[in-house]
Amino acid sequence: MTFELASLTPAIPEIFLALSGMLFLMIGVFRKEDSTQLLSWLGVAAMAVTGYLIIRGPETALTFQDLFIVNGFTSFAKILVLIGAALTLLMINSWAQVAKTARFELPILVVFATLGMMMMVSANDLISVYLGLELQSLSLYVLAAYHRDNTRSTEAGVKYFVLGALASGLLLYGSSLVYGFGGTTAFAGLAAAMHGGEAHLGVVIGIVFVIAGLAFKVSAVPFHMWTPDVYEGAPTPITAFFSVGPKIAALCLFLRILVGPFAPMIEQWQQVIVLISILSMLWGSFAAIAQKNIKRLMAYSSIGHVGYALIGLVVGNEEGARGLLFYLLIYLFMNIGTFAVILSMRVNGKYVEEISDLSGLQKNHPGMAMALAALMFSMAGIPPLAGFLGKYFIFVAAVNAGFVPLAIIGLLASVVGAFYYIRIIKVIYFDEPGAAFDKPDAVNSAIMGVCAALMLVYFVVPSKLVEGAASAARALFLG
Amino acid sequence: MIIATLAFYLFAIVAVISALNVILQRNPVHSVLWLILTFFNAAGLFVLLGAEFVAMILVVVYVGAVAVLFLFVVMMLDINITLIREGFLKYFWAGAIIGIVLLVELAVVFGGWAMSPEAESLRIAPAPAPDALSNTEALGTLLYTHYAYLFQAAGLVLLVAMVGAIVLTLRRRPNVRKQKIANQVNRSVADTLEVVKVETGKGVS
Repeated sequence: MTFELASLTPAIPEIFLALSGMLFLMIGVFRKEDSTQLLSWLGVAAMAVTGYLIIRGPETALTFQDLFIVNGFTSFAKILVLIGAALTLLMINSWAQVAKTARFELPILVVFATLGMMMMVSANDLISVYLGLELQSLSLYVLAAYHRDNTRSTEAGVKYFVLGALASGLLLYGSSLVYGFGGTTAFAGLAAAMHGGEAHLGVVIGIVFVIAGLAFKVSAVPFHMWTPDVYEGAPTPITAFFSVGPKIAALCLFLRILVGPFAPMIEQWQQVIVLISILSMLWGSFAAIAQKNIKRLMAYSSIGHVGYALIGLVVGNEEGARGLLFYLLIYLFMNIGTFAVILSMRVNGKYVEEISDLSGLQKNHPGMAMALAALMFSMAGIPPLAGFLGKYFIFVAAVNAGFVPLAIIGLLASVVGAFYYIRIIKVIYFDEPGAAFDKPDAVNSAIMGVCAALMLVYFVVPSKLVEGAASAARALFLG
Repeated sequence: MIIATLAFYLFAIVAVISALNVILQRNPVHSVLWLILTFFNAAGLFVLLGAEFVAMILVVVYVGAVAVLFLFVVMMLDINITLIREGFLKYFWAGAIIGIVLLVELAVVFGGWAMSPEAESLRIAPAPAPDALSNTEALGTLLYTHYAYLFQAAGLVLLVAMVGAIVLTLRRRPNVRKQKIANQVNRSVADTLEVVKVETGKGVS
């Protein structure tokens, strides 16, 4: 057995990102002054180059003894993750100008977390799944506990770490049972093994454990307890990252595992996913109503969104996968835009996080108010906006596959969800004005403007992006 | 043959007894010492299996590094064992019930265990024939060639762990005076001593 240099080609984007991360470490350590801002700019550049390498790389490839796969689906998912991470780094850059606590490791950990997500998406073996997941989670644990002198942040970090370790344990235990059944950890081999064998108790329990571990990572409902605390405790740009990067990567991994090696067991896992999807949608809608802190509200909102996205997974066919990918695309821009607004909630140089602080936004910053209103209407799924289209594709896929009750529950949950999104709009436009926010800086304004504009304009030219999601879904089912 | 069997039972019995002692000892330092004995016996069992490389690694890594690290931790943290055991009876029954439930579940899973008919043919990276390669060579091929990607990925995970530990614990205190040995060594007499000629009866001002 030999090792050829050519077998590295499909993994060049990952290798590039890993090397840039290490180079950034060197820059951060040896430069005398604080290099958070420099490194976040360099990080954005590295993400852009990585994205370019992904686009220029091979269409489909297998390498490293089939531990690593590249196809249209993984490229699509990686580009989404990279966009989320690059926008996060831009927000970190503007946050670091104000916050005194910024340190150069922050952008570096984001780079390594992104690398972990790309490895998760490209995994073609249960062992590479686990290692990608750990690389991602370990960076995120540290990021969650980043404000180490703040009790809430350390509490969030410890909670996230302990529960995350438990979830990793569940995932490993499940993988070991699956390995015991199939005799292999490779996805292709497992698919073959599951085709031949009937659904034995042991392997079903293994699959359920794997699902539980992954459900924790996407914060679907029985495993969501950490989400509000972590969202509240982490620095705001990191919360923005939490709400997009890990969710997109883990949902894509979920999709790859369930419709790949576990596809023959669809009868078994479908009911589990239906349950966690319904619970997430309902809990995400009802628990958010009582929230006063906008970051906690976004946590519940993201739990709800994961519930809708999981409907696409339940369906388990190409249409469902297309709906899920398209939903993730819309969700990415909705969330990043909203967090750009939250990051602009500053009164006299101090960050505020209460929903009531938004009152009178319309009077003081009409542009920001309009952007936030567009984003909130989109989150609620009001028709002319992009968020509606995302939900529409998911529900249509569910109805076509015969999951009518699930689609109805989803619709009802989104009506409840619309209440709290629209309440924010009411606070902005109709409540007594409070203290005016400081002038938002250029980067945040640009991000929220572009995201809000996407939500509005998107309806005019949806076909291009839907086509992208559709071809990614096709690639997933081809191989 | 009989000697191998005898050796096996010797190692196995001592391993079980010392493992039990690890959790039964009142003094944590004694526990760690019993743990070291367990490691040695496990290494003996590996030698009997013909896995001499793993046996040596066990001794070098676990006894040489991990156990000594444990010993340091145990001796530096003043753990009050009676305090830890205080809630033992209170939680005993709840714990026992959960344990029994888990045991039953495990029994159900493994009692009805079945392997996929294809499992045998699907095995990846089967161990090479024993007489073709030495132990060390076989392990090296698997780890550094077959699973090179995973090896590198694990390395990255460790790097992130290290960076994370530094981020969360390192505190830069600007006002602390540090000992700089280079400066101390480079100091010459002229830097510190001023030789003054004192005239008699005048004194130094």
